[in-house]
Amino acid sequence: MRNFLLARLLQAGLVAIVVGALCFVLMRVLPGDAAMRIAAGRYGPDARIAEAAEKVRLELGLDRPLAAQFLEWLGSLLRLDLGHSLVTGSPVVHELKVQLGASVWLAASALALSLLIGPVIGLFSGLKAGGAIDRLGLAGAAIFRAIPPFVLGLMLMLVFSKQLGWLPPAGFGSPREMLLPALTLALGLAAMSSRVMRNSVAAVAKAPYFAFARYKGLPESVVVLRHGLRNAAIPVVSYTGLQAVYLVEGVVVVESLFAYPGIGHALVHAVVERDIPMVQGTALLMGLMFVVIATIVDLLTQWLDPRVRRTA
Amino acid sequence: MSTTDELSISRPDRRLTRGRMFGAGILSLVGGFAYIGPVLIPADPAAQDFSASLAPIGGDYLLGADHYGRSLLARLAHGARLSFGLALLTMLSAAIPGVLFGLVAAWKGGWTERFLELTATIVLALPGLMLVLLLLAFAPGNYGPLFLGLSLTLWVEFYRVTKATTKTILAQPHIEAARMLGFGSRYILVNYVLPVIAPMIATLSAFAMATAIIAVSTLSAISVGLQPPTPELGSMIVELLPYYAEAPVHVLLPALLIFLLVLGLQLLAQGDHP
Repeated sequence: MRNFLLARLLQAGLVAIVVGALCFVLMRVLPGDAAMRIAAGRYGPDARIAEAAEKVRLELGLDRPLAAQFLEWLGSLLRLDLGHSLVTGSPVVHELKVQLGASVWLAASALALSLLIGPVIGLFSGLKAGGAIDRLGLAGAAIFRAIPPFVLGLMLMLVFSKQLGWLPPAGFGSPREMLLPALTLALGLAAMSSRVMRNSVAAVAKAPYFAFARYKGLPESVVVLRHGLRNAAIPVVSYTGLQAVYLVEGVVVVESLFAYPGIGHALVHAVVERDIPMVQGTALLMGLMFVVIATIVDLLTQWLDPRVRRTA
Repeated sequence: MSTTDELSISRPDRRLTRGRMFGAGILSLVGGFAYIGPVLIPADPAAQDFSASLAPIGGDYLLGADHYGRSLLARLAHGARLSFGLALLTMLSAAIPGVLFGLVAAWKGGWTERFLELTATIVLALPGLMLVLLLLAFAPGNYGPLFLGLSLTLWVEFYRVTKATTKTILAQPHIEAARMLGFGSRYILVNYVLPVIAPMIATLSAFAMATAIIAVSTLSAISVGLQPPTPELGSMIVELLPYYAEAPVHVLLPALLIFLLVLGLQLLAQGDHP
């Protein structure tokens, strides 16, 4: 228990160091004087910019050796002092606060939707392995896995907004706007989880304890719900850990596509505009989101499967 | 980006299942189009002809023309070649170091292995696409960081599978027997290790290529990857999207091509067991 929490903490530290180091290098590789850029970002371009830049240089210690500057950079990162955006000039933390909420909502609703779709299909496929539902599920999973999220998103947009006119293609505010991006991610996630669920249900359905539950006369619903589901859920939950990657990457893509104002969208914008403090802040937050999801999945797996707790 | 299913990697199925045949069929068709197409089709994918803007399918242009009047057939063929070629190159530059480092780590152990493990852990700390995006911030729209970022994230999978498998093979008694009989490291590598890891590497390679194709087209579509005049499938979709009402099939063609490429690779990799 403590071991894996420590490992996740280590991962979070690595995320900070990788993101910090890349952005530190990026800040110094870009053409132009870093102090001048920061001054321009903070105070806007005016006549006394050179003077302001000199002040910034002294304040941030940009004249000191690189190694000291790098440690300082990491230090401020750990204190969550993310600096100011080079484009808007406002503190990065401010902008991230709003966007993080939007992204978390999107990711959570996508996960919830996928759990409504994937495991249910998987359950029915697995109970009658080789049957019609199983084959349909297999074909569906293969097709949905081969469609990149942005193509899937565009298709949903074309069908539900352009042809049918049911849902708005972009924007933010009400659940209606969130439905299409969340559905895009959910279908991709469900394509994977439905097959994992199917395999584990099929394995459970063959197990002796499952047959015994039937022989002793339990009704079918109790057999499936009590003896089947919990055992079958373990691989699905631990597989969700692998899906954390898909979810975080998907959030970046889908947000940009649907103009949904989350951190993924902000990251892509910052990359295009080369707004390094924003790149660093958004990348750090998305990386940490990835670690948090993975940790939650670890905890859930332990709760479902006490055997893991004993071996860990 | 990592759609690799660990269950299917641990025990690759070497039989030619129906799914795998189907995948190979799709791939050879699309691959043929990608490699022979640009040679056979005389049209320049960048040549504009505004009088033929959004020309319908089946007219002067076999598959129609886009909003600038560029031949869609030529653009699709060049786009497919770009996707396929970039994916192949990325896969090779991820697979070769990945397998080599995996073999070295399993063979040497000790500090070499610890160092490589640490490197792999650092790379895996971030989702792959994030690393690519961070590198892309250095030079948006260029091949260099895109290629580097993708290979940097994809080699880890090759490394881990190679290392884990080679380690279990090397610990088995028949290897010890071969050593005692006086066979050298090279003999053991070629005759005992390679035959076991080769099918796994093949599976991983197909997955890696599918991942690379999805990533390249996705990044172009969200306008941080390769930039528009390049006939890239992802950016073609986004470029043609505003004209969906007039020419819906034009938008769907590049999407279909990406879908077929990825589906073919995934089916080839996992056969009937996704």
